[in-house]
This record gives sequence, structure tokens and C-alpha cells, in this order.
Amino acid sequence: MNQNFRISSANNSPLINRDKTMSFHFNGQIFKGHPGDTLASALLANGQKLVARSFKYHRPRGIFSAGSEEPNALMCLRKGAYQEPNVRATVAELFDGLEAFSQNHLGSLKHDLMAVNDLFSNFLTAGFYYKTFMWPKAFWEKFYEPIIRSSAGLGELSGDEDPDQYDKGFLHCDVLIIGAGPAGLAAALASAQAGSRVILADEDFEMGGRINSETFHIAKMHGSDWVKSTLAQLSSMQNVRLLKRTTVLGAYDHGIYSALERKTDHLTSSGNKPRQILWRIYSKRAILSAGATERPIAFANNDRPGIMLAGAVRSYANRWDVAAGQNVSIFTNNDDGWRTASDLVAKGVQVKTVVDTREIKPIADIPGAAIEMGAQVVDTQGRHALKSIQLSNGKQIRTDCLAVSGGWNPNVQLSCHHRGRPVWQEELLAFVAGGELPPGMIVAGAANGKLDLSSALSSGHNAARSISDELGHKGKIEACAIAEGESTNNSAFWFVKDKGKTKRSWLDFQNDVTTKDVRLAQQEGFVSVEHVKRYTTLGMATDQGKTCNVSAMAVMAENLGKTIPEIGTTIFRPPYTPVSIAAYAGRSRGKSFRPARLTPSHQWAKKAGAEFVETGTWLRAQWFTKEGENHWQESVNREVTQTRNSVGICDVSTLGKIDIQGKDAGEFLNRIYCNTLATLKVNMVRYGLMLREDGIAMDDGTTARLSDNHYLMTTTTANAVSVFRHLEFCRQCLWPDLDVHFISATEQFAQYAVAGPNSRKLLQKIVDPEFDISNEAFPFMGCRNITVAGGTPARLFRISFSGELAYEIAVATRYGNSLMEALIEAGEEFDVTSYGTEALGVMRIEKGHAAGNELTGQTTALNLGMGRMVSKKKDSIGNMLSERTAMNTDDSIRLVGFIPVDRTKVLNAGSHFVSKGRSVETKNDEGWMSSVTFSPSLNHSVGIGFIKNGHNRMGEIVLACNPLQGNLLEVEIVSSHFIDPKGERLRA
Amino acid sequence: MRYSALKVIKESLTGHKGWKPVWRSPEPKKHYDIIIVGGGGHGLATAHYLSSQYGIHNIAVLEKGWIGGGNVGRNTTIIRSNYQLPENQPFYEYSMQLWEEQEKDLNYNTMVSQRGILNLFHSDPQRDAYVRRGNAMLMSGADAQLLDQNGVRELYPFLDFKNARFPIKGGLLQPRAGTVRHDAVAWGYARGADSRGVDIIQNCEVTGFQIKDGVCTGVKTTKGEIKANKVAVCVAGSSSKVMSMAGMNLPIESHVLQAFVSEGLKPFIPGVLTFGAGHFYVSQSDKGGLVFGGDLDGYNTYAQRGNLPVVEDVCEGGMAIMPAIGRAKLLRKWGGVMDMSMDGSPFIDRTSTKGLYFNGGWCYGGFKATPASGMCYAHLLATDEAHPKAKDFKLNRFLSGKMIDEKGMGAQPNLH
Amino acid sequence: MIINHPLLGPRDSSEFVYLGDASLMNRPQWKGEEADLVKTEETIKQYHDYLYLRNNPAGEHQELWYHEQGDRSWLVVTRNTTTHNISQVQMAKDVALKTLREK
Repeated sequence: MNQNFRISSANNSPLINRDKTMSFHFNGQIFKGHPGDTLASALLANGQKLVARSFKYHRPRGIFSAGSEEPNALMCLRKGAYQEPNVRATVAELFDGLEAFSQNHLGSLKHDLMAVNDLFSNFLTAGFYYKTFMWPKAFWEKFYEPIIRSSAGLGELSGDEDPDQYDKGFLHCDVLIIGAGPAGLAAALASAQAGSRVILADEDFEMGGRINSETFHIAKMHGSDWVKSTLAQLSSMQNVRLLKRTTVLGAYDHGIYSALERKTDHLTSSGNKPRQILWRIYSKRAILSAGATERPIAFANNDRPGIMLAGAVRSYANRWDVAAGQNVSIFTNNDDGWRTASDLVAKGVQVKTVVDTREIKPIADIPGAAIEMGAQVVDTQGRHALKSIQLSNGKQIRTDCLAVSGGWNPNVQLSCHHRGRPVWQEELLAFVAGGELPPGMIVAGAANGKLDLSSALSSGHNAARSISDELGHKGKIEACAIAEGESTNNSAFWFVKDKGKTKRSWLDFQNDVTTKDVRLAQQEGFVSVEHVKRYTTLGMATDQGKTCNVSAMAVMAENLGKTIPEIGTTIFRPPYTPVSIAAYAGRSRGKSFRPARLTPSHQWAKKAGAEFVETGTWLRAQWFTKEGENHWQESVNREVTQTRNSVGICDVSTLGKIDIQGKDAGEFLNRIYCNTLATLKVNMVRYGLMLREDGIAMDDGTTARLSDNHYLMTTTTANAVSVFRHLEFCRQCLWPDLDVHFISATEQFAQYAVAGPNSRKLLQKIVDPEFDISNEAFPFMGCRNITVAGGTPARLFRISFSGELAYEIAVATRYGNSLMEALIEAGEEFDVTSYGTEALGVMRIEKGHAAGNELTGQTTALNLGMGRMVSKKKDSIGNMLSERTAMNTDDSIRLVGFIPVDRTKVLNAGSHFVSKGRSVETKNDEGWMSSVTFSPSLNHSVGIGFIKNGHNRMGEIVLACNPLQGNLLEVEIVSSHFIDPKGERLRA
Repeated sequence: MRYSALKVIKESLTGHKGWKPVWRSPEPKKHYDIIIVGGGGHGLATAHYLSSQYGIHNIAVLEKGWIGGGNVGRNTTIIRSNYQLPENQPFYEYSMQLWEEQEKDLNYNTMVSQRGILNLFHSDPQRDAYVRRGNAMLMSGADAQLLDQNGVRELYPFLDFKNARFPIKGGLLQPRAGTVRHDAVAWGYARGADSRGVDIIQNCEVTGFQIKDGVCTGVKTTKGEIKANKVAVCVAGSSSKVMSMAGMNLPIESHVLQAFVSEGLKPFIPGVLTFGAGHFYVSQSDKGGLVFGGDLDGYNTYAQRGNLPVVEDVCEGGMAIMPAIGRAKLLRKWGGVMDMSMDGSPFIDRTSTKGLYFNGGWCYGGFKATPASGMCYAHLLATDEAHPKAKDFKLNRFLSGKMIDEKGMGAQPNLH
Repeated sequence: MIINHPLLGPRDSSEFVYLGDASLMNRPQWKGEEADLVKTEETIKQYHDYLYLRNNPAGEHQELWYHEQGDRSWLVVTRNTTTHNISQVQMAKDVALKTLREK
């Protein structure tokens, strides 16, 4: 295609670089454009009118606006995994080789089969689906809904992973200026001169805002020259950061704003650079100078390709040198519409007619144009492009572009993000920011209703001045640039009344909401603006009603005999324009979704054939595959057997370790644990159970007393952080008078369990000889500071999770890997094995120890079989509320063991218990199996779980019901201590 | 007026002149048998069931704004009965059954779409917990299936099965779960109640209770005083505010939950999906928007708006399991105030003031409960007895120690 | 949100963990072994009210935040729950010590 609609004149736009021509594809056809073009301006330059289909009726649609408010021209950009649906052509910057595709049609764009919906529009009115599709019942999901779903929606996702990278960053400033139009530029200059740190952000790829679309002079220069020189001045200042292609999305608490900078969307390829950056901007003050958005007038069949906003038609002519039509007509209710006419004429574009709803004298002389004052456009013709319009005075005019102006709405969105409502200004016939603005925000320029250039400049300048005063920034601010003030007279004319009420006048173009729909909603009692919105879907499309909301309110107001402010507004919410989900996620995806914590001997484990498993954020060795092992169960059985028969070593460094010191440390621990800790002797270890204040078990672990005022607490891996937080709460908020301090030592120590009958022998080989670790000198639950391997400081604890004679040995993190190597080497003669979390789990279930599956946050000490540990002789967190009656009934659940009656059967965790002879339903539910394992020691499946009154039901056979996995087993209630119930091995 | 395809066709041929308001806009009477404070989903459902199941028609629903403007108009539209605890699961299953009958009951298409909910698990302990839960569901008469990784892949081939930080090992599927057109629920119940004589009074804010000698006899409102034999409060996020006017302190905190919707897209996500290792859940609406959410912001608030860290957290969760949504664009987010209870479970109960009843504490799970909550509240109001499906939702359960704590987080409302 | 830490200056709220109403600092005093045996019900009620019936105002709220990604201080923050405006930030330990002295 040729750029037949590109205008050449004496005053070509400086923002289009004609020295370079770029080619791009639209629906497979090749088009041409220039640097500076948007996809929309380039399509128009090539005469492409039909670009999209609407959401519901699949009406043919053309480009409507020249900015981010675009409701119609949504396209799919790029291909394959890079495919991006719903891109507004009006803001997509043209690049060489760009590929764009229209969306939401069946068959070609021109011959969309779904356009049949339009014929049934009388049937498909607002809310029709609530009243039908109810019969037959099963047809909704199977028939009606799939049809609705596939005809709705807009663009399509590729289904592939987004291949681009996204970044996030933090920025800080004194003044954030949102929008670099006249007000924003004036404000930025003044703020920067005052000495404030300034960020100036604009969503466009050229700063300047409307100045770029107009022919005005500022400071005796052409507008675009003033923009250029102002930007040059700002760029040279150290305290200014200019962010173009950056949309400020949301206003959050305490001066924090989110913004999206598009870094590579305008390039053929992102070239491994981040595609977009999500900025969190921390500002002391903000100036909202986001300009204004033109609104259309509603009239019958006002949605045809070629019917556009007048300001947009002017932008395409002035900024992009593009004629939106060969003979353009104007329909306006205000003076600004006339400027489109005169600017077009100046560019050599033929203006056919100017239709003004007002009965006043013509505003300007438009050569060659018929002037129709006090007239309205009452209908239009042309299927795929506008052909003609009909006026209220009966005239029919052939025209291929109708530029409509209904006045301008200040862009107040961000001023309402704290749920303040805008206020109606009758003289402006528009809403301006009002109510509670986000603290620190001032609204300036057109966004604040200062619609003419001169007041926009000065209002931005003055906003900056007052902020500088508040912040005490005293740099010399030069006088504000001066421009002429243009006329902005307007009138309250919102929609053309359709006398026959048979034709459709569109309000929301994308969602196909017409004035009829709004009237019908109100007729059915949906009177509140929120109800109308929800019933008709008005304003809920991708443009969030930027061009239609106020006109729709006018329709509502008239129906109800009310004024527009009485109708009220819906709520503006972030983001200002739609944002890629990937941009909010940044780099937190894939393996980087959350950090991975590695234990000190991770490298050793990797070499030793470990399979790793996610344990919270840690990666832990789950089992070690030896040669010849084909199934994890083989490896785990071997690890358990070797440990129980001789000795095994397990990395337990992930357990939380909290170093607690102070003269009141014992008293503190006494209050933290439900059992008594204060009587613990130096060099001894005690198991402790920690309750929440509500009496539910929170965490458990061992605490060692290293000296009179020095304890070392261990927590479970999962609760290391929350327990530490809890301790700090108790120390600072509850008992500030206690002399106790603590610090997390989790990452400072590598710790290994050495378990099995030969564990002492193994340790004796590496513990330095001056330390006697014989059973007599170092009994069960003893602990000691020792040295290993010739002087390396270590701590040795004689504690056991496996039920065997066992120790845990800790060294400084940096020695962890070496210690592991040394232990394995020393253990060779005992056929030592390393074991992972699976074998650890097997052995703890065989021993009947509670772990994460039992400490669910729902179980009490009593449930866990540790009711008697809760001391009544002292104050401790949770000991009082654990006394509540419902937590202490005779049929409270108890942790017990279970074995299958048929020992060849496999138990399943998550099975529920039901007494024999009862039906498998909720009312007979008596508890559940929490942990199961195959016990290599007993050679059958064993489990532990909770069952009502379990401790008094030893030997009873109950049903373990697992309908989910399709099994129902008879199980016997037994002690949960499957191995060595008397604990003889521990003390050997 | 009965709705049907025939009626729609007839009206479409005659200019839609025959449609009447879905509910009337009456002025309040001086006295009602029952006043329901709060015209949200639960309040309107209560009125509907009181009038249709319990034969009580002299009822007013008082709404300070417009009906359905709270959480029923601002949620992620999910319905499910996949709870674990015996105090909860039968109630939610009852609700599911009422959803399945809703269109017939209301003669209103609320678009109950049973497209299934899949909760992913990423570790063995998580699988164990889901097996426990799935069995509890089946034992209550609900449906549940355990899927392995391949089963998940069949339904959601575009999830990240190769590079996820927390590998997807399987999921718990409830096929009967799904989504409902949320606004339509409020309108459908309003229509049902209104047709049986219930007065729905909008823009009528309750400013106080008339309580004398421990008996509640009516309310003070912006439209004057209104007497009633029984006053039933049902105001979700405003629970603490409203009940404090009756001198009551509730085991409830108000928190904001943000939710998100993307631009319209062609059908992509078949059902409802939840991520088990982060905070993210998603479904796709009939209009094509991905509707998703995650965690609470986490601090007490009544502001109906949230902050940025949670927005990022939720999108991170989404990208972590389905990086194919990266180029879909987030269109809009909103924040609703949740009445977070101390154990994450609700209350439907009498209060210490005679004639004053309370329904609340629904946390962010109130939408799916709407029908059963309405029915059980109606039962309580009509009979003064707790409905058997809601008998444990007592206000004094923390005193007796009978907490209903699905997540095991304890008295920490922002973690439920 | 930004919390103005008394020692560290303004910090982003994402560095903190929120607990809730500052009345959680007012844990009932243990009255000794025997007192409890006699009055368990009453004492349970006290603990119940302490743990479960917290303030939930629409307006100024004193609440506890923990600087987990920072210096591990617990702070008492006075924040308006309708505007999120923060009017005061104190070290919780100072507040607790003051309460203790006044007892």
C-alpha cells in the first residue's frame, strides 16, 4: 500500500522523519510508514479504515482516537511466543518489520461471520443473558456458555511462555510530574530551577502532550520548538530525570506511585534487554498534569470506521501529517472542534462541512466548507467505512471522515486512586479532581480543567512554585513561558435524540453499549450508575470508558430527570492503562520465583548423588541414589537399614537455631515453652513444646543450655522465622523487663545428625581426644563445646530424632562441607551412609515423633499426646487457653500409631478413620492418618494419625477410609512408637 | 414477570417496552417482622429464603448504598465446596447444591458454570493434606479427584512443568466447583425477594439500634426509625462498625483483599486454578477477562484499596506457574473489605441482645457461601434454632475452644 | 506505605510483618498457680478477650508491626484505617516498659 493519505505541505511535521521509510504488515499486507509514526497513524496514512471488530455485535470499526483512550483499534502485535493481544494501535510505536493482526473475527476482518450478531442486536440487549439460556439446565456449560465465551474475548494468547525479560526498580524524587504536556513541562522546569529532584514521566514516546498536535506558539516559538528547547534544558539539569514511554499507573499510600516504562516495545527485537520496567516511585509531592481526553457526541450509527474524535483528526494532521479522510466533516458542540477544521484546511485537507449544534454565529471562516449551525448529525451510512452523514435539517452529505467533538474531560483518574470522587464543574461541563486527593498531589493544567494553553502553562508553573515553597527549595524560578489563550467555549450537548428510538447510538464502542441499553437498564430498575455499569458493561472494556463515561452519565441523567453530578461517578482504579502481568512479576518467575537456600554441604550432597527436594525455600537432599538403585524406595530403605544397623549421617543444618543469652534467659524460655526449661542443667538438652497463645502447638525442638546464661534453641525448619518473630514479640512487647537477648544462628552453623549404633565410634574418630564422649561422660541429652579434626570448634548434642543412639554435631558454616567429607571418610569402616529427608521421615515415623504433618496449627499438646507437659505451675504462652473445655473432652483426638491388619497393604496419609460398621460420611469421621511410611525395620506399612480417644483404644480395628484414592483398609490402633518403645537404643 | 427465551424474543420485537423493574423502590414501612441490615448477597439471599422457604414476607432489606455494591459485586466469582473440617465442609457442600438449583429457583440466569477448581500441590506433605481434604469432601457427599502431574497437564498444558521453582506434582480437583456471574446473584435474589413482598430499601443507612433492657426493637436509619421484631445484621466488611453501635466487640478484623482482571481474551483457562506454593488463583470470565487474586494486603483497613507489594506478589505467583499469561494485560484491580474472623470461619448466630442476630466473619470466602448463608440465616431467624449445617458457626466458640481453623493459623486474621 | 521507624527513619512497609491491634501487648498477668485453679473460667475469659476481641476501628488504630527485614524491632504504629495516614510510630519496647512502670 502507498501512503496516499500522507500530507505534504510547506509546514511538514518535525516529528515525522520522512528520510526513512519503514515497512510493516497488517493482516499479512505490506504497508509503509516513517519513524515517528504510531501503528494507527501509519495505517491511516495508507488509507486503512477498517481495523477491528467490536466485542459483542462484531461491528466494523476504525481508528477512533490518537491516544491511550482508544476503544476500537485493538490489535495483536508480533507472532509466536512474542504475540501480544489487545495492543492499542494508537500508542504502538511503529518499527520496521512490525506485524499486526486484527482480532475478534471469524473469517476475514472484512467478512466476519460473527457479524451476524449485529442482526440480532434487538435480542442481545443489555442483560439479555440473565433472562434466558436457563433451559435445559445442563446446556449452560456445554452449549450456551462456550458459544458466548468464544464469541466474546478479544485477542488471543499464544499459549507459550512469555520469552521477554522484565525488570523492576525504585526511584526517589521530591516531585513526580505525571504528564509532559504544557503544564507538566512548565512545572518540571520551575521545580527543577527551584532545586527539587524531579521526575517527569509521560506515556508518549515524544514529550510535549497536546502541544505536538497543535499549531500554537509558546514564548514566541512554534510549540514543538518550545518543547524541544525545554526538554534540552531539563536534560541538562542533574536533578531531573525524564521518563518518556512511561505511564504512571497508580497512586498508592504515602506518595508511592507505580509506573511502567516501555524499553523495547518500539524495537524490532528486545535484544535480550528488559522489555519493560516497573518503577516504584517514592515522591514527596506529585503534580498530576495528565491532560484531558476528548469525548464524542452520541448519535445514530456513530461507530462507523471514519468517525473519529476531532482532536485526534487534528493530531493526525498536525503531528503525523496524515489526513484521516479526503473530505472531512466536523460535528461539534464547542469552539475546539472548529480548530480541527481550520488546521485541516491549513494542511490542505478538504473540509466538507462543519456541523455545530449551537445556534450561534460561525466561529471561524473555513474555506470550502459548508457551515451548518444549530444542526446535528442524525444518522450515518457506510458498512466498512463512512460514506455519508445525515443532518437534522435533512441534508445528506457525502464524507469519508467525521471528526466529532463533544468537549474535553480532564484526566482525573490518578487523583481518584484513593477513592476520592471528582467534582462536577458546570462552567467546564466536566468533572475535575476533588474530594480527597492522594496526599501530596496537586492537579494542574488540562487535568485540572485549565483547558487553554496559556492557563495550562501557568497552572503547572504555579503548582511547582507552591510545592517548592512547601519543600523549602529556594532556587530561582524563571518566569513562566507565555502563550496565547485560545477559546474553549463549549455547550452541554451530549447526544442526539433519536426521535423514532429505533436506531442505536453507541456510548461504549468496544463493549457495544448504546443509549438504548442504558435506557433499558434504567427501565428495569438499574438506576445507580454502578448498577447501569454492571448491567450493561458500560465502561468496563479495555479503555475503562475513558471516552464514554461522561456522555453515558448525561444519558442516565436525562432519563431520570436529574443532573449529571446527581448521577455520580463510578470509581477510578489503577492501573491507568492496562499493564502486562509479566511486568508486575519482573524477574520473580521460573527458578527465580523465590530464592533457593542451600545448606553448607550442598556441593558434597550433589556429588554424592543426592536428589533434592524443596523444603520451604531450602533445597534439601531427599535421598542419595547409589549405583544399581532404580527406585527411590530402594535408596531410602538402604539408608534406613544402614543407619539402624550401623550409622548414618543427615544434614540437619536447615533447622532453626536461635542463640539466647541473658540472666533471665531461663525464665524467658520457661514462659515460651509450655514445659519447664528453667531447671535444665548446663551441658544438657531438653525437648520443648511451644504453644501459641490459643493453646495450639506452634513448634517443637530441643534447647541446649551451654552455660548459666546461654541457651541454644532449635526450631523446625518450617518455623524458624516465625518462632524468632514470636520470641521478639514476647521479649519486646510482653516482657520488656527480662534481661534476655537472642540472635538467629541458623545460617552460622552447619549441623549433622550422626545416628545409629556405631555413631559414637564414628565420632570418636574425629572428635579431638581430649573430649570424652563415652556413654558415662556424655549421656543421652548431653551437650558440650568440643573441637574436632584437630582443633576446629564444634558443638556436640546427644539427641535423637531417629530413635537410635545419635548425636548432632555443629560447626561453623564454612567447615560444613569438610566436616561432611570427614564424617563419611571416618565412617567408611562402619559402612556409613548419608541419608536424606525421606529416610529421616521414615525413622521419625517409626519412632512416633510428630513433625509438620502433625503440627498443623490445629493440634494441641493433648492431641499430640503431650498434654502432661503443659505445666500449670508457671506462666507460659498458651497454657491458659489450652484449658478451654472443648479442647479437653474425653473424645479429643489423640496421636497414635496404625498398622494395616493385612500387613501387605499400604497405608495412605490423608485417610479418615471410621469405626467398623459405620458408613463413610462426615458424621462418622473420627480423625485422620497424618503420616505413613513403609517401615524397612518392620517390613510393612506403618502410620501415625489422630483419632478420637485414641490412647484408650489400643488394639481396636477401625477403617482407614480413602475414597479419594479408592481404598478402604482395616487398621489396628497401636502405640506410635513402632521402634524401641522403651528408648533403650537412645541411651546405649 | 417470568423470564424466558420466549419473553426475550417477544420483547425484542416490541421495543423492550414490557420489561419492569427487577425490584421495586418502596419507602420503608414503620414496622417489619424482620429487618435485614445489608443488601449484599447474603442479606438478599436471606430475604429470598425467608420469603420463599419460611413464609415470612413482612421483611425489609436496608442498604446504605445500592444493593450488591459490596463484596458480592466485587469478588473473584468462585464457588466450591472443598473444605477440610467437618464443621465447614457440609455447609459449603449444601451451598454448592443450592447453587446448582439456583437458576431454577430464581428464574434468573446467574450463569453458574461448573468448570472445576484445581488446587495444585508441590510437595508430599501438601499432597497428604489434600488427600485428607479430598476424603473429607467425598465423605460430605461432594466430589473430588486427585490428579497426578499428567492429570494436571491434560487440563492445563500451559503450566510451567519444566522450570518451576516449586515443581507441580499434582492437584486436587473438584469438578463441580466453578464460577458464577456475581452481580447477577444479588439481582436474582433481590428479584426473588421483591416478588414475594420484601421491601428492598436502598440508600438507607442504619445509624443505630433501638435496644432497651437487652432487647432490640428496631433500627435508626437515615430514612427514620423502623421497628422490627427481629433485626438481622449481615454487613460483611462493616461488621465491626455496625455491631459496635449495638455495643458489641466482635472477634473480627477488617482487611482489604485485592483482586484483578485482565483485558478480554479468547478462551484460555478452562476452570479455576489455584497455586499451592504462592498466593495466586485464577479463572476466566465469560467476557474473556482473567480474574485473579492472591493474598490480603495484611493490615487492618476499611479503605477498599490496596497497595503495590501485593499486586506484584500476586502477579509473581501467576507467572511462577503459568508464564504464558505474561503478555496478557492487567486491566483493573479493586479492593474489598473482608470481615476476617479469628479462625477464618464465619458466624451465623444470635447475639447477647435479644432480637439481634449476626451473620458475618466470612473472610474472603463469602461469595460461594451466599445461598447456604442465606438459607441458614433465614432458618435461624424464622425458627430461632441454628440450621444443622451451620450449627458450629457460633459467636462464643473461642470461649469454649471450638475453633474452626481450616488453615491452622490461629488467632491471626490476616493469615487465614 | 512508608513507616517512619524511630531509629532507622522512613522504611517501606514491605520490610515489615504486621501483627495487629496493639492491645496484644496487654497480656493478662499470671496470677499464680493457685489463683488460676480457683478461677479458671474467669481467667480464660480474660485471656479470651485479650486474644480474640481486639479493636477494629474505622479510624485511628494502634497496631503492631515487626521490622523483620530490618532491625527486628516491634513498633507501635498509629495509623488511620480509612486513610492509611500514619500519625505516630513508637518502639514497642518503650511503650511496654512505660506501661510496666505505670502499673
